[in-house]
Amino acid sequence: MKLMEYEAKKLLENYGVPLPRRGLATSPQEAYEVACGLKPPYVVKAQVPVSGRGKAGGILFASSPDEVKELASELLSAKIGGFSVKALLVEERVQVRRELYFGITVSRADQTYVAIASQEGGVDVEDVAERAPEKVMYLRLDPWLGLQPHHARLLAKFMGYSGDALLALEGIFQSIYEAGMDYDAELIEVNPLAETVEGRFVALDARVMIDDNALFRHPELQAKYYEDLSPEERDAARHGMAYVDLDGDIGVICNGAGLTMATLDLISLFGGRPANFLDVGGGASSENVARALKIVLLRPKVRAALINILGGITRCDEVAKGILDALRSTGIRKPLVIRLVGTNEEEGRRLLAGAGIHAMKDMEEAVKRVVEIAEEVRRHGDHSQ
Amino acid sequence: MGIIVNNDTKVVVQGITGRQGQFHTRLMLEYGTKIVAGVTPGKGGQVVHGVPVYDTVAEAVKEHGAEASIIFVPAPFAASAALEALESGIKVLVIITERIPVKDTIRVISYAKRGGATVIGPNTPGIIVPGECKIGIMPSHLFKPGSVGIVSRSGTLSYEIAAYLTRSGLGQSACVGIGGDPVVGMSFVDALRLFEEDQHTEAVVMVGEVGGNLEELAAEHIAKEGYSKPVVAFIAGRTVPPEKRMGHAGAIVMGRAGSAEGKIIALRRAGIEVAEKPSDIALLLRKLLRA
Repeated sequence: MKLMEYEAKKLLENYGVPLPRRGLATSPQEAYEVACGLKPPYVVKAQVPVSGRGKAGGILFASSPDEVKELASELLSAKIGGFSVKALLVEERVQVRRELYFGITVSRADQTYVAIASQEGGVDVEDVAERAPEKVMYLRLDPWLGLQPHHARLLAKFMGYSGDALLALEGIFQSIYEAGMDYDAELIEVNPLAETVEGRFVALDARVMIDDNALFRHPELQAKYYEDLSPEERDAARHGMAYVDLDGDIGVICNGAGLTMATLDLISLFGGRPANFLDVGGGASSENVARALKIVLLRPKVRAALINILGGITRCDEVAKGILDALRSTGIRKPLVIRLVGTNEEEGRRLLAGAGIHAMKDMEEAVKRVVEIAEEVRRHGDHSQ
Repeated sequence: MGIIVNNDTKVVVQGITGRQGQFHTRLMLEYGTKIVAGVTPGKGGQVVHGVPVYDTVAEAVKEHGAEASIIFVPAPFAASAALEALESGIKVLVIITERIPVKDTIRVISYAKRGGATVIGPNTPGIIVPGECKIGIMPSHLFKPGSVGIVSRSGTLSYEIAAYLTRSGLGQSACVGIGGDPVVGMSFVDALRLFEEDQHTEAVVMVGEVGGNLEELAAEHIAKEGYSKPVVAFIAGRTVPPEKRMGHAGAIVMGRAGSAEGKIIALRRAGIEVAEKPSDIALLLRKLLRA
């Protein structure tokens, strides 16, 4: 899950990373009051989970509390990057001498964390890495050692600092690392990390992504994670399933991310349009299958649905029970194509056959079938208009 | 035949008394896997499908010479189970568990590397050597002995592809799932190397998906080192929106890799055939094997 800037900054502050003086506001009046407690000039920043906020008009500058109030009322009624703005961060504007970058993230290829330092910050750092690779340094971290003080000094030196500045950065990098590890961050980055005209270092913006799989260790974040999801995503996530909304009309329920994606690809290849990605995960219970089917069938845009299950740890009899439960309890009658093979396949097919439902065996045939049916429903719908 | 394991490999099941552990222990035993012991802390002394259960992996190793472990332990405790196995001298670790925090996985893999142990997964269906043994959860009736090696990031998709191959008369030398998580132990390159050395493998099928850069690294490896056996790839996720970008740092490390199209281009540049749909894989393999 992605933290908002103000949450990321709060986290960094708790670990001793220096930040601009600031306050959170959810109304123009509140923004005004925050500004009165700070020194001018000010920065007013929309709290939305998108990058490139500045270019999208989400970061504005003000010289008085009245101006802050005015900008706040503008931003709070605006949409930035498709998100309506619910909160603002009002900060003291820092006089910047130089902008740097520091981050820690998971490197899949290295199978560990890497620390990344760039002599140039504030801009897209991947662009710096492409344009001027000599300005970016990567340090692979041994997970059992972590970011040692000498690693932090190496990175500070690379950025061009010595003396007190080097030691200040050492402390900041270590604090960022600790915050990231304690909170199971997949990514924690400060960009820009500003050197002020007074020679201090301040985190002007921060981005933190928490590993969704580690939320059980952070109950306070878990609650928020669910709040931020759409109702369908939330229902799926609460039960260990993954749901992503897409813009087509064929509902899809599969097990395993790879098979789900391959199914979506085939639907597109055969001329159909998937309405969603829904992976019920491994070893789905009949309750989860029923839940998944309800999530998909209740979407008005879904004209037909495909259940494509190839059971390994998932058992076909559980899947069949779930399908029958969902059909019994929802009463929704949308065309359904079922493809069911794998562990306990015979029992699953027997249960479905008992209710007069035929399950197909071949995935590509099942996909072709559901694409045809959706097309028929679409045409039928058009005729009736 | 096969890679990494065979029907002599002595296996311990960690989490054997759980629902999935019990169920798949039975299926693995039926398939011929030599399961010598199970481990569930606090349940030592029990017996599951004739397999003795111990409190610790150390006992399973001492009493029965277990060499490989398959882990069904729930995510919050899975890394600890893996570290216990490694410390007890287990050399092949198959981690079935899904949703393990990446921080835990990174520690396990780092520790395994020091001891020269192989980690398959996490979030993997495991490994099957058709006709010999399976240390995993794949539905075995879809597989049949033969000479095609399969390496896949996705579990269910690898079953799908194995089933197509089996139906077209192409059996498998082994099928290994490297796991669907961002960080996994065995990589495509590792598996490709093993299949290249394996005299029973004549061709390899590589099943990848959108995200990360393991497929690109495999393409790079083949382009640089060459590969003595035909390879056919399939990449899932061409039509799903790109995976959530992990900020700038993530994008840098992956060097803009990650999209299905990018992977397909990289593989084709390396001379690897990429199938349009799962059923095309068998056709491509036949064409290459005839050539």
